[in-house]
Amino acid sequence: MMFRTSLLTLAAIAAAGTTLAQDLPAPVQARQGQFQIMALNIGVVANMARGNTEYDAASAQAAADNLVAISMLDQSFHWPEGTDNMALEGTRALPAIWENLPDVVEKWGAFGAAAQGLAAVAGGGLEGMQAALGPVGGSCGACHDAYRAPE
Amino acid sequence: MRPVLIALPVLALAFLAGGLALTRPVTVPDTALAGLTGDAIAGEAVFWAAGCASCHAAEGATGAARLVLAGGQRFASEFGTFIAPNISMHPEQGIGAWSFADFVTAVQEGTSPEGRHYYPAFPYGAYRLAARQDLADLWAFWQTLPSADTPSAPHEIGFPFSIRRAVGAWNLLNLHDDFVVTGELTEAETRGRYLAEALAHCAECHTPRDALGGLDRRAWMAGAPNPSGSGTIPALTPDRLTWSEAEIAAYLNDGFTPDFDSAGGHMVSVIRNIAMLGDEDRLAIAAYLKALPPAGD
Ligand code: HEC
Ligand code: HEC
Ligand code: HEC
Repeated sequence: MMFRTSLLTLAAIAAAGTTLAQDLPAPVQARQGQFQIMALNIGVVANMARGNTEYDAASAQAAADNLVAISMLDQSFHWPEGTDNMALEGTRALPAIWENLPDVVEKWGAFGAAAQGLAAVAGGGLEGMQAALGPVGGSCGACHDAYRAPE
Repeated sequence: MRPVLIALPVLALAFLAGGLALTRPVTVPDTALAGLTGDAIAGEAVFWAAGCASCHAAEGATGAARLVLAGGQRFASEFGTFIAPNISMHPEQGIGAWSFADFVTAVQEGTSPEGRHYYPAFPYGAYRLAARQDLADLWAFWQTLPSADTPSAPHEIGFPFSIRRAVGAWNLLNLHDDFVVTGELTEAETRGRYLAEALAHCAECHTPRDALGGLDRRAWMAGAPNPSGSGTIPALTPDRLTWSEAEIAAYLNDGFTPDFDSAGGHMVSVIRNIAMLGDEDRLAIAAYLKALPPAGD
């Protein structure tokens, strides 16, 4: 069994390795880059919330404002049909996205609302920022729960 | 959520070979529970650690909706679809009229009050390791939960998987009364083992299954194919999951990986539960993960 598991894992790694990022369609690269920017900004706030870095009002505010700005990007061009993980290697976007577009849009909207909640308090002190980060994380998780496959 | 991969022909054989007597459903008598009194406040922590809401509340439920255990979530598998039953306090549609012994019998032996086997999509194989005091506390907490009148839907599984008797043979092969990780453990690792193995049933998703659908205890937490489609559920062994204990504990609380990606899939619901526990418990789980034997290559 262990042997079989490791073969599977190797196969998975090999398969993933064959699709280099530059082979992916531009919209997929763009949306993945968008999520990377989100993660980077979340990291600024979450590191403070976790106590890994000292709270800094200006940085917290800037990161929260960036999240709000990204939430306002129109998503129309990032999600063309045929870019789900059944059709392409190198994406984790589930086909369910295209079957439930109104719900996906709602979940993106929920992220935007949570980001605004964070931006409203991020510069005003550690505790308020910590409390407002929870709903942002919840909004990421709710969409990943439904629409992103594990690696 | 998590299909139980039972290879039927083998199971049918085991069933015949095992004979009816050996596979008879086990019940827990009242006398075995005498003297236990439950504390509802302690029971709430057991409830979140054990993750009952992940399966029995509505899919994607958050906040107070996670206490409404009306059932209805569907768990597709290659044998058909299991549908989580209503286990709210409703006396007819739920389990409000059950005795404590009925509850323990269901949760730890996988046997219904009518003496029938439950399917192991219900992780009684993990819960049987839970302390009886924790179950008494959980049952006390249960009495505080709302009642929902949604009737339980029948599972959508055809013959021969619909024969509950066959589960007795599966139980013979797959129920264990000991923890998987043994040896010298610190207090935190021991607590983490209890939380992870007996209550939070992490292995149900993170451990590969054998041909009969039983958890492969030799590849404990070594990662597994994702039963609901594409991708793999990651390994949690220390050679694979190289995050620090603090990073693991933080992920189980705020859902962010060390790169501040956000958890997805069924792990989201697990984190909603584990985030309700205290920091020490999350650190204990992290310590236990670091004590796992390596998956190797
Ligand atoms: C509306 C749905 C949705 C929301 C909200 C959402 N994500 Fe995602 N995220 C996705 C999907 C779908 C993918 C997979 C994209 C792909 O692989 O093509 C993804 C991928 C990612 C990735 C991996 C990108 C890569 O390089 O492959 C990161 C990191 C990420 N998200 C972080 C976040 C964070 C942090 C948040 C919240 C602040 C968030 N996401 C909110 C749907 C969402
Ligand atoms: C119902 C299934 C399920 C259960 C139960 C479960 N997990 Fe997970 N876990 C997952 C999935 C699916 C992922 C992948 C998440 C993603 O796609 O972002 C995951 C990811 C993780 C990760 C991140 C690993 C990585 O390399 O990214 C950790 C850590 C983890 N789980 C720990 C646990 C612990 C500890 C428990 C028990 C307390 C547990 N899990 C119970 C399904 C589960
Ligand atoms: C992984 C999903 C899952 C989790 C977690 C889970 N259950 Fe269940 N449970 C099920 C399924 C599926 C059934 C139906 C089994 C059957 O009909 O054979 C079930 C059945 C039951 C029943 C029997 C109900 C009846 O009407 O006969 C009880 C009681 C129960 N669960 C209690 C619990 C408790 C208490 C917890 C937490 C300690 C829990 N469950 C956690 C999936 C789950």
